[in-house]
Amino acid sequence: MTESNDRKLTIARAMAESVAQEMRADERVFVMGEDIGALGGVYGNTRGLLEEFGDERIRDTPISETAFIGAAVGAAQDGMRPVVELMFVDFFGVCFDAIYNLMAKNIYFYGGSLKVPMVLMTSTGGGYSDGGQHSQCLYGTFAHLPGMKVVAPSNAYDAKGLMTAAIRDDSPVVFMYHKRLQGMGWLGTEAGATVKTPEESYTVEIGKAAVVREGADVTIVSLGLGVHHALKAAEQLSQEGTDAEVIDLRSLVPLDRETIRKSVAKTGRLIVVDEDYHSYGVSGEVIASVVEHDVSVLKASPARVAYPDVPIPFERGMEQFCLPNVEKILAAYQEMKSA
Amino acid sequence: MQPSREQKLWMYEHMVLSRRCEEQIAKIYFEGKTPVFNMANGPIPGEMHLSDGQEPVAVGVCAHLDAEDIVTATHRPHHQAIAKGVDLNKMMAEIFGKSTGLSGGRGGHMHLFDPAVNFGCSGIVGQGLGPAVGAALSRKMQGKPGVAVAFIGEGASNQGAFHEAMNLAAVWKVPFICVIEDNAWGISVSKRASTSVPRNDVRGASYGIPGHYVEGNDPYRIYDVVGEAIARARAGEGPSLIEVETFRLAGHFMGDAEAYRPKGEKDALLERDPIPKMRSRLIEDGDASEDELNSIEKKAEERIAEAIKFARESADPRPEDALTAVFA
Ligand SMILES: Cc1ncc(C[n+]2csc(CCOP(=O)(O)OP(=O)(O)O)c2C)c(N)n1
Repeated sequence: MTESNDRKLTIARAMAESVAQEMRADERVFVMGEDIGALGGVYGNTRGLLEEFGDERIRDTPISETAFIGAAVGAAQDGMRPVVELMFVDFFGVCFDAIYNLMAKNIYFYGGSLKVPMVLMTSTGGGYSDGGQHSQCLYGTFAHLPGMKVVAPSNAYDAKGLMTAAIRDDSPVVFMYHKRLQGMGWLGTEAGATVKTPEESYTVEIGKAAVVREGADVTIVSLGLGVHHALKAAEQLSQEGTDAEVIDLRSLVPLDRETIRKSVAKTGRLIVVDEDYHSYGVSGEVIASVVEHDVSVLKASPARVAYPDVPIPFERGMEQFCLPNVEKILAAYQEMKSA
Repeated sequence: MQPSREQKLWMYEHMVLSRRCEEQIAKIYFEGKTPVFNMANGPIPGEMHLSDGQEPVAVGVCAHLDAEDIVTATHRPHHQAIAKGVDLNKMMAEIFGKSTGLSGGRGGHMHLFDPAVNFGCSGIVGQGLGPAVGAALSRKMQGKPGVAVAFIGEGASNQGAFHEAMNLAAVWKVPFICVIEDNAWGISVSKRASTSVPRNDVRGASYGIPGHYVEGNDPYRIYDVVGEAIARARAGEGPSLIEVETFRLAGHFMGDAEAYRPKGEKDALLERDPIPKMRSRLIEDGDASEDELNSIEKKAEERIAEAIKFARESADPRPEDALTAVFA
């Protein structure tokens, strides 16, 4: 294709580009959130939008999440297509009613005849010592509650395509982006997230996982930053002659159970890597998707590499001790193999 | 209500302590973060919100408080913690994430908790209000003395929690004071762009309680207005709402490029730095000699150096300590 398609973008820029393209194409699309105007978003994902679209459509809000997320629901139901930002997913506590009782349920309450076309974008993840109220993922918390689609990209290509799909979707979509993938210099960033991203508009289908590495011996399922850990672990495993398949979920709701089942049917082994809390979360759901379908495909008990069920500590050593990493994935595989 | 000479010197001392604390943290924060700034690196990783410029609020309020009184603070808590008498060594160790820190490194700088002086924080905007009202209620129910003060930023006055807590405190007439530090900015969003009234004191009327606005970032005026509100609360007459004009001389957090500030704002604010201002005033009013102030400043410097030494020399927590202290 064209030269422009060799261009690499960070997730932050891919998100902003998608929003800008949709705003150019559709006057109903607008953005609200804290520090998304002049600052361009704490995580850079609305940079340049205020300059192009002005403050009528790029609205810095007061620190009033209940009001502006609730307002997004109302505006979406009234024919607009808002994109709103909850700066850190950890702040969901002050505004969850607007999210799970309104945004997620109003279509149902209208018997399916209503559209709630809105995107709630929110940053996730830790690993940089930001403490227990600024480091969580909470994937499972959002995915657990019916009525909202949930996506969590691991790279810029998917981020742009998923954002475009989310804005065009007539149902609410929660777009969870991991801070350490954003490409913000001050946070350190995972190089693998900054990938070739076409300039023209395109969508990535919500609800489709991607097999990002093919293999026959073990399936490693993850999302967001965990995909990069999984790919690195797979690389090391390959040097020991083990052929790991890596699945990037990309969407949590709907969950692409088919792709997971197909892979595990081939490999017989399953490791789920999730930076969210261990219990009652994505990792359990992925495993259940396999075992309740056909337990006989498994050659070993599935394993999860997830965040222990404790609040996230500030201190680096304690936090790193808790976070998923390549070594923990390799150890999980070793245990599985020797079992 | 005017502070005594002793109180003035106490206020000055704690303003200086707080400023020296922030200056040292600012310096140490960049260790390991140059030439490439990465928040995750260095002896003090993570976000860092400094309180430079806002010291008068902390001392003007805390000059009226004893250890038994309750303070809840925000993501920008150092000046308030120091004025409330939080153990400096343990506080510094917490900021460094050491085993000797207030919570053994679990909390970090946005989560300083010191039960010995009834001090707590929340990094979630507006969430110090409920716990302060609850502590005030608890004192009332137990017939125990003590008032509770929630410090918040002006941005937090637009949280639902603000309205709910103010109303609850007023309807139950608990000994509670909400002190709003109006530094004019919530990260990059100005008060003007986010708040429908220029001053939040008028909101007191909607809860049927007194509302005051204190201009000038002036510790004596703050002392005066807050003193009356606290006396009122101690006498069982219920809560007050006080907004104080102040300013932050630092960025929202360290690493903030502050491009949102109008040109010249920062320089104009530096001209109004409350610490040299108070210093000249103490001398002009005959409250202190040059020597006395030099000695206060020197001691403050030494005290902060000692806290930093304590923090640096303390052991890291064991990684697996992360799994402990989840339940009581
Ligand atoms: C509920 C919630 N929303 C957003 C944030 C992110 N945030 C942290 S500090 C801040 C600005 C706070 O402004 P203000 O209350 O005026 O205090 P200041 O920072 O000026 O001291 C914001 C938006 C948060 N911590 N909690």
